[in-house]
Amino acid sequence: MEENLDNKTRDALFEYCLRIGDDLLVLGHRLSEWCGHAPILEEDIALANIALDCIGQAEAYLKLAGEIEGAGRDEDALAYFRDEYEFKNIQLVEQPNGDFAVTIARQFLYDAYAVNFFDDLSKCAYKPLADIASKSLVETKYHLRHSSQWTLRLGDGTEESHDRIQNAVDKLWMFTGELFFMNDLDKFLVEKGYAPDIESIRTKWNKIVKDTFARATLNMPSDETYMATGAREGRHSEQLGHMLSEMQITARSHPGAKW
Amino acid sequence: MSEDSTHVDSNGDTEWPLWEVFVQEKLGKPHEHAGSIHAPDAELALQNARDVYGRRGSVTSMWVVQSDAISATTPSDSGPFFEPSEDKIYRHPNFYKVPRGVKNL
Repeated sequence: MEENLDNKTRDALFEYCLRIGDDLLVLGHRLSEWCGHAPILEEDIALANIALDCIGQAEAYLKLAGEIEGAGRDEDALAYFRDEYEFKNIQLVEQPNGDFAVTIARQFLYDAYAVNFFDDLSKCAYKPLADIASKSLVETKYHLRHSSQWTLRLGDGTEESHDRIQNAVDKLWMFTGELFFMNDLDKFLVEKGYAPDIESIRTKWNKIVKDTFARATLNMPSDETYMATGAREGRHSEQLGHMLSEMQITARSHPGAKW
Repeated sequence: MSEDSTHVDSNGDTEWPLWEVFVQEKLGKPHEHAGSIHAPDAELALQNARDVYGRRGSVTSMWVVQSDAISATTPSDSGPFFEPSEDKIYRHPNFYKVPRGVKNL
């Protein structure tokens, strides 16, 4: 790890890596809850694969976060021994799986953001982060293919599948504002060339979502939808605590256990 | 899913149609049968095939074809249909010397 990061940069990069890693860890855990419950065997395998991709990516970002922090915390310490308010993921990814349409809508809204985010991040000037992002990008392109194809099929399928995914989109829309959260930390990192400009990502996200919804015969929710905020600063929906209690209990009950 | 993807096969199975998956592990090599999966259409068949058969080894290309589209011999064909074989040694190109170093003949 580079030793010559000044304090401000170190703190900013640590937090930035947590945001990315926590999004992936929480989403990966949610997807893993489908294991053995998906509507068909092939889809069970597909969702489990995507869950593994997300958790694998989370591991890389959290490991880097731990190295940047330099306080002796590794990726497991960060994943299993932080509490809810210390998690920096957005609320979209912590929302429960619901039915298959909710899971697909949640995934699509995230994937359409993630491909553009990782594409830009892989060109950033902080090489350790750019390297991980290049790997994420390859996997995420496939995730988007999977989730957008399902969005099309559910939206343009039967009346019931259409209603279910439209309801899912309407319900989740209030959590999409946080995808484009930006505060002083982002501005600082963007200036250094260490983080992508989120506004250009928003434009690309909008286009993907709009085009896909048009083909899927889905309505874009209103621009005036109330948007949830606060999760990047540790204020989460009630859902995250329940999820973490399950995700963390084994590691906390048997600290340092090996298997 | 749209109604036309509801499919009843000869066993009365109403699941999605069955697809056979062929995987090529290296450019220039043949696509080999890897197994089968269920899927409602070709694009999702490729995705499912990728997840089930494509994620461990190296894969350069994949084909899927709906199993119904394959014509196959039946076990009872095995006698007359495949008969011209072992006892007609003149049909076997065993009398040529293969040049050294040739692997894929």
